[in-house]
Amino acid sequence: MATIRRRQLIKAGLGLAGLAASSRFSFSLAQQEPIRIGVVLSYSGPYARLGQEITRGMELYLEKVGYQAGGRRIQLLKEDEEADPAVAVRKVRKLVEQDRVNLLSGIILSSSAYGIRDYVHERQIPLIIANAAANGITRERRSPYIFRTSISAWQQHYPMGPWVARNVGKKVFLLALDYAFGKEATAAFKEGFLQAGGEPVAELYTPLGSTDYSAVISRIAAARPEAVHAVLSGSDAVIFLRQFIQFGLNRSIQLAVSGEVTDENVLEAIGDAALGAKSADHWVYTLNNSANREFIRAYRQKFNAVPNHFAVRGYDAMQFIVDAINTVQGDLSNRQRLLGAIESAKIISPRGFVQMDPETNNVTQHVYAREVARIDGVLTNRLLADLGTIRDPGK
Amino acid sequence: MLLLLLTQLLNSLAFAMLLFLLALGLSLIFGVARVVNLAHGAFYLLGAYLGLALGASLGSFWLVLLLVPLLVGLLGVLVERFLLRGLHGRELEQVLVTIGLGFILADLLRAFFGAAIRSVPPPAELAGPLFLGSFIYPKYPLFVLVMGVLLFLLVRLLLARTPFGVQVRAVTADPGMASTLGIQPARVSLLTFGIGTALAGLGGVVGAPMIALAPGLDAQMTLFALIVVVIGGLGRIEGAFWGAILVGLVDGFGRLFLPQLAMFLIFALMALVLALKPEGLLGRRLA
Repeated sequence: MATIRRRQLIKAGLGLAGLAASSRFSFSLAQQEPIRIGVVLSYSGPYARLGQEITRGMELYLEKVGYQAGGRRIQLLKEDEEADPAVAVRKVRKLVEQDRVNLLSGIILSSSAYGIRDYVHERQIPLIIANAAANGITRERRSPYIFRTSISAWQQHYPMGPWVARNVGKKVFLLALDYAFGKEATAAFKEGFLQAGGEPVAELYTPLGSTDYSAVISRIAAARPEAVHAVLSGSDAVIFLRQFIQFGLNRSIQLAVSGEVTDENVLEAIGDAALGAKSADHWVYTLNNSANREFIRAYRQKFNAVPNHFAVRGYDAMQFIVDAINTVQGDLSNRQRLLGAIESAKIISPRGFVQMDPETNNVTQHVYAREVARIDGVLTNRLLADLGTIRDPGK
Repeated sequence: MLLLLLTQLLNSLAFAMLLFLLALGLSLIFGVARVVNLAHGAFYLLGAYLGLALGASLGSFWLVLLLVPLLVGLLGVLVERFLLRGLHGRELEQVLVTIGLGFILADLLRAFFGAAIRSVPPPAELAGPLFLGSFIYPKYPLFVLVMGVLLFLLVRLLLARTPFGVQVRAVTADPGMASTLGIQPARVSLLTFGIGTALAGLGGVVGAPMIALAPGLDAQMTLFALIVVVIGGLGRIEGAFWGAILVGLVDGFGRLFLPQLAMFLIFALMALVLALKPEGLLGRRLA
């Protein structure tokens, strides 16, 4: 009896599933195939948190538009970059060859962006980079198929140089992680800083993933600068800030750092001791525009947490993609038209007005000076000054 | 310049004491149980995260400092009794079990506490800097430094003067002979494993305010502890102590003067010791 009942149940279930499948089939025929977007981000390893935040932003925007663009459904296919360029190449090939995605997005590491560049270029699959900041991606290694909607290292740090020289101090200690982003960011800061009459008192590069910054702190204390410009991220930023405060350096030396250092994820680990630290970035929690207010409200409501610039980067990558698909009315068969639509896209982002630069394929946007503050009970950054619309020169 | 060197000397020694806590546990366990415990860093991480969680609910750093090593040590006892005891004498299998255990612990911690970087503030009494004229130094590393030295002296005294210490030394020297003298190597091994893992847990609690907590730290700490015992010599607490100080100094001053080469210098030191004195600087030559 029991077995019969089970068989009947299975049959009924299969029937129902078949019904569901066939009805979905006819539905999708009427509506066309969904547009498939392959997303490659780190979901494990040291940058797992970044991948999570960018994905949150992407999904938040897609929910806002009901996962629809140009009259077609949008489907995200997520793959783990594992903070490893070799893995990124493998995952991109899989998405293109096996899953036949129409577009690619994501990419945390600049080395991953360089790694997949030639393949993406040859296969002519449009790629919207949502994070990787190395200048070269939209300069000497530029491709007509690759766009960056986040920011270049130069763009983020160059405008901070003159601002620090005028508003914080002329004697600055330069500290950065010893890899491409740290060096490009420091070079860009220095370029603007020297032009405005600043004098770097020392330049120090430390290895990625250090557990102890006390040696660096000792060097800073001995150099007696007015401020420190640090380009660090993740656990490096947390350990540096914590020890900087433990040594009491925050009483005599100002922090004027990369936006990565005072990212809300880092602040969450540091607490109030980071109050007052200044930074340059392309998004600020207190930006008073309706897109930002809406983004913050939606993010806080869904995740019950403080948003950050990584979520904004994910949100905007999808906004650019959806905007371009709308322009071509969901018809991706003509690739040149699609590329043209991305090149001329302008969006109203939580970071303000953002526009693709058709010459470099890198977005032109505002960069802001910010300061760590407690607002509405959350630890975040407040706007100090708009440093203007910044365009990456592309060479 | 002199102040810079003095500051860095203290920094290096404080970090060395953290390494000593780890290496001491690793070394004791190896001496008695003959197991290279590659889950040691995971026990450190467990201690640190437990400290974070308990610190938030209990509100007292000192209570956490007492409680967490007990909890981690208890887990160590259970691991020895139910995972390693059955594999007695089969070293390769034991090492593999500890590697697997390390992965499982680290992944469970990641699943529970997430991938975000966490950091624990020092207790209010030890927060902020100490002013000695023109010399400014944070209180917390000084506390770690003093605690490490006291612990070294205490463990040394315990090993030299107490019956349990004598038993540990006897089993380390020759388990067969020790058991004919009425010592139960199994019991000594169980307790030692518990003490060793408790020390790793203590390291986690003490280290958390100095360095941040993040996935991946377990592998880094296991590596540091292994380097220290290879340099200092396995199975002797003096080896762990002086080995930790040497590694701490090379690491600290390496970072100060040659930041790009800091990690290389440590490995170079290890290679040098292995080439000239394979049993470690204070190790015993194994027959």
